[in-house]
Amino acid sequence: MADIVVKTEDVVKEYRMGSNILRALDGINIEIERGEYISLMGPSGSGKSTLFNMIGALDRPTEGRVYIDGQNMSQLSQKQIAAFRCHRVGYIFQSYNLLHVRSAHGNVTLPMIFAGISEKQRNEKAEKLLDMVGLGDRMYHLPDELSGGQRQRVAIARALANDPSIILADEPTANLDTITGREIIDLIKRLNIEQGVTVISATHDLKMLDVSDRIVDIRDGLVERIRNRDEIEIEVGEVGGEGE
Amino acid sequence: MQQRTPIEEQIDLPFIESLRISFQSLKIRFGRSIITTAGITLGIAFLVSVWMNNEIGLALQESGRQSTINTFEETAEQGISTKDIWLIIMSLIVCVVGIANSMLMAVTERFREIGTMKCLGALDGFVVRLFLLESGFQGFSGALIGALIGTLGAVLLGLKDYGLDLFFYFPLLPSSPEDGPMQLGVIVIILLGCILGMILAVIGSSFPAWRAAKLPPAEAMRTEV
Repeated sequence: MADIVVKTEDVVKEYRMGSNILRALDGINIEIERGEYISLMGPSGSGKSTLFNMIGALDRPTEGRVYIDGQNMSQLSQKQIAAFRCHRVGYIFQSYNLLHVRSAHGNVTLPMIFAGISEKQRNEKAEKLLDMVGLGDRMYHLPDELSGGQRQRVAIARALANDPSIILADEPTANLDTITGREIIDLIKRLNIEQGVTVISATHDLKMLDVSDRIVDIRDGLVERIRNRDEIEIEVGEVGGEGE
Repeated sequence: MQQRTPIEEQIDLPFIESLRISFQSLKIRFGRSIITTAGITLGIAFLVSVWMNNEIGLALQESGRQSTINTFEETAEQGISTKDIWLIIMSLIVCVVGIANSMLMAVTERFREIGTMKCLGALDGFVVRLFLLESGFQGFSGALIGALIGTLGAVLLGLKDYGLDLFFYFPLLPSSPEDGPMQLGVIVIILLGCILGMILAVIGSSFPAWRAAKLPPAEAMRTEV
């Protein structure tokens, strides 16, 4: 039996906009296996970022259930949710979301501070992670002193700080040029293969399809179709060549 | 679907860790912190100067001295005039609104940071504690400087009105009730100014911080200022 790490059951999310109710998700059912690289695809407004937020416990569904590692997320206490975000998931965002007042090193150590790891251990780990993403020489720079690609690398290092089993990446390449975007994708894919981290990525970057095991197309708050990588190989070959 | 290791509870961080993070944040954001603190300083300086000017006037009137300018002759015997009370209330309102506004702005522009910290595993209480510490420190230091500036202003004004007599009858300590209308004295006013500044700063920042910390991180990060 496959090892399911994320499962959603009839997830609905509604936003109230004045007197209107916007149904961003209209009953989503997906299952994601451990170690998979999944891309949630869809135009903006399709609900993919909303679904991303539901899976990452960053927002609560209006109806339906999200299970992660077999746990119904809606039954967790506040402290359990904080621990879940701290230990189980690493988040990577389109706009990096680094804390501007902390250096690259300070950003990477923060989740470890929350996890209660000793200062010595977290410094060592932060150095190791920043080295791994190629920022060994810029460790003590503030985010404002780094380029977009470098900031995203810091965000990746930070996401890995507490050895999460899931990486959630919300349009991680949207603010980057093609080549830098490619490097970031390669880095995430490497983590997926070498460390067996499950990667769930909301994207409309076609380059990301190339490395995905499965692509979930979201449209109007529903799963339109789920494709395996081999079904889309030709499309991607054309697009991948453009940036080089 | 198999059950994995259950999700444990997030630990509470030691107080010293919050203290360290909040001071680091004040230090790096020094320019911005100074502007916020200046808002508190101005509010309290205004309040304290008006209030203390009034105290000094009363103390000298009771001592039989008259202002060399005698602008308020008609009210001189009645102690605090309605006009003075009005002025103190107005300055208090300006002070409350000014401080609340500057703290509110300082927190609102950090909603994204709050959301991000929650993504990394911060508990709601930890986020609120950070803001409490930061604003408490800003409030106290801003209010203390403001109270001193306000006192200086009131003394200068007093010197202009009463000359050096001011120092003979300077209302440093509270007056005893039998000496006529109760006076708080300079020291008490400075203390009250500091406490008021600190309380306003803490309420003005921890209330919005608490609201932001309660939001799901996705919503806090969406908030644009």
